[in-house]
Amino acid sequence: MIAQNRAGGYGHAQAVSHQSGEEVSVSMVDLKHAAAIVGIHEHVTRYAPDKSELQIQGESVIKALEDAGLTKQDVDGLLTASSSARNTGLNLADYLNMYPRFVDNTTVGGGSFEFHLSHALNAIVAGRLNCAVITYSSLARSGSVSVGTGGVARFGHPRLEPSPDSFEELYGLTTVGLYAMIAQRHMHLYGTTSEQLAEIAVAVRHHASMNPEALFRNPITVEDVVNSRVISSPLHLPDCCVITDGGGAVVVASAEVARNCRHQPVWVLGAGEAVAHQGAGKRDLMYIAAHQSHGPAFGMAGVTHQDIDMAMIYDSFTITVLETLEDLGFCKKGEGGDFVSGGRLRIGGELPINTDGGGLSSNHPGMRGIFLLLEATRQLRHEFDGTPRQVADCNIALCHGTGGALGSRHSGGTVILGRD
Amino acid sequence: MPEWNKPLPTISGETKPYWDHCRRGELLIQKCDKCEEYQFYPRGICANCWSNDIQWVTASGKGTVWTFTVTYQNGTPGFADEVPYVLALVELEEGVRMFTNIVDCNPRSVSIGMPVEVTFVRATDQISVPYFKPAA
Ligand SMILES: [Zn+2]
Repeated sequence: MIAQNRAGGYGHAQAVSHQSGEEVSVSMVDLKHAAAIVGIHEHVTRYAPDKSELQIQGESVIKALEDAGLTKQDVDGLLTASSSARNTGLNLADYLNMYPRFVDNTTVGGGSFEFHLSHALNAIVAGRLNCAVITYSSLARSGSVSVGTGGVARFGHPRLEPSPDSFEELYGLTTVGLYAMIAQRHMHLYGTTSEQLAEIAVAVRHHASMNPEALFRNPITVEDVVNSRVISSPLHLPDCCVITDGGGAVVVASAEVARNCRHQPVWVLGAGEAVAHQGAGKRDLMYIAAHQSHGPAFGMAGVTHQDIDMAMIYDSFTITVLETLEDLGFCKKGEGGDFVSGGRLRIGGELPINTDGGGLSSNHPGMRGIFLLLEATRQLRHEFDGTPRQVADCNIALCHGTGGALGSRHSGGTVILGRD
Repeated sequence: MPEWNKPLPTISGETKPYWDHCRRGELLIQKCDKCEEYQFYPRGICANCWSNDIQWVTASGKGTVWTFTVTYQNGTPGFADEVPYVLALVELEEGVRMFTNIVDCNPRSVSIGMPVEVTFVRATDQISVPYFKPAA
């Protein structure tokens, strides 16, 4: 039992095979090859007024299992999150007519799906799960949801919660505003410029131009970005993600299941989770949750920043990317502006990001975290070999999902994926 | 006085003194007797040491702009016709930060570090909302 505690949540499987009670260390279980992404599907629709969210999820799950070479009978876990529906996992299990033995509805904003992958890894190591689907869908666009520029009233809530809403929503908070405030202070402290933030939008749009499914594919320039309309200072329209419908599914399975799947496994090498918030009015919000989540993920994976061949960085706004790259440790705090410039983030650059065109140009149906896992898996499968979209020699990828808002409270989930 | 068309706070036991004093033109924050930390937003426990020994104290009402944004687009009723307005985090002299709007000035004149002071606007008979304006 001591061994269970020492192993910190991964000890259950060890305890089964170590009935003698001898002390074991966490390294005795090969966490890096315990769970793998074995199937993926992106529902490529950007506008689906004729579908329900459950239908998009159902279709995505079926296709992702086909991709894996598995069937409904192989699945014993269901993980999902939604910003609109209640009883998400319950309704989904009903719709799919499944009786999963592992259900996870963790909903911590757009990055929920990196948390899901982390939790599926835990459950697989604990022997409580063999094969799970992680799925998401949203009709944010056809439902005309003002994801970024409406306050809480956009959801039709006449009554604010006593805390914290009653101390916030009176002041006209918007999602974009809560990111813009962080951008404003970053510029004040470190001299970061609108042109540097624009470099992120331009790099991601360049990648979108190679993705036939992306919503916006016309190349843009830094001048285009800084000369466009300000939504919430200092952020311009192209600093903000698009709003689309869409969805997708990821199949994650144990090593044993993964061995018999159609594609070579994309291993979950490491994972870390964190939240950040006001800290009772005292936290320095210039440090985001990525600052806490990346250490455990890199530690578990046993890799360094130099080993990361490409990264999928949640890009709700350009500032999200800049702050995340700093706090993941790819550069020092305050140096993000220089880091994102000069083509570093483009395919062929030192750290290509968001090679599908990201939330800034391809799709963002309210919660984008699942699409990070989808594109990282495609790159690690070398699905685009022979085309400009493929990141050369792509062996290790990092995904970081951010959910909520940088300026008030948010989650951060880091996962590191790798191929054999 | 025009009808208030912005969201109104919901008052609970742990936040009632705050709103009662806003009505009288006083900004209250909390301080823990045990660890002596200030906190905001108000709550029924000390967020730092989790003790119950928290006291209401009257803040000086003075502070500086920690960060802000000039909002040009918000579809929410009450704000849609008020753009551009300044959403800000103000750091009070006591060291805690709170969301607010910076009012009674040109939005483009607001900057980080700018000294501000609290001002109250009556929303209903029960509720007055604390805002901040450039310090006199
Ligand atoms: Zn205390």
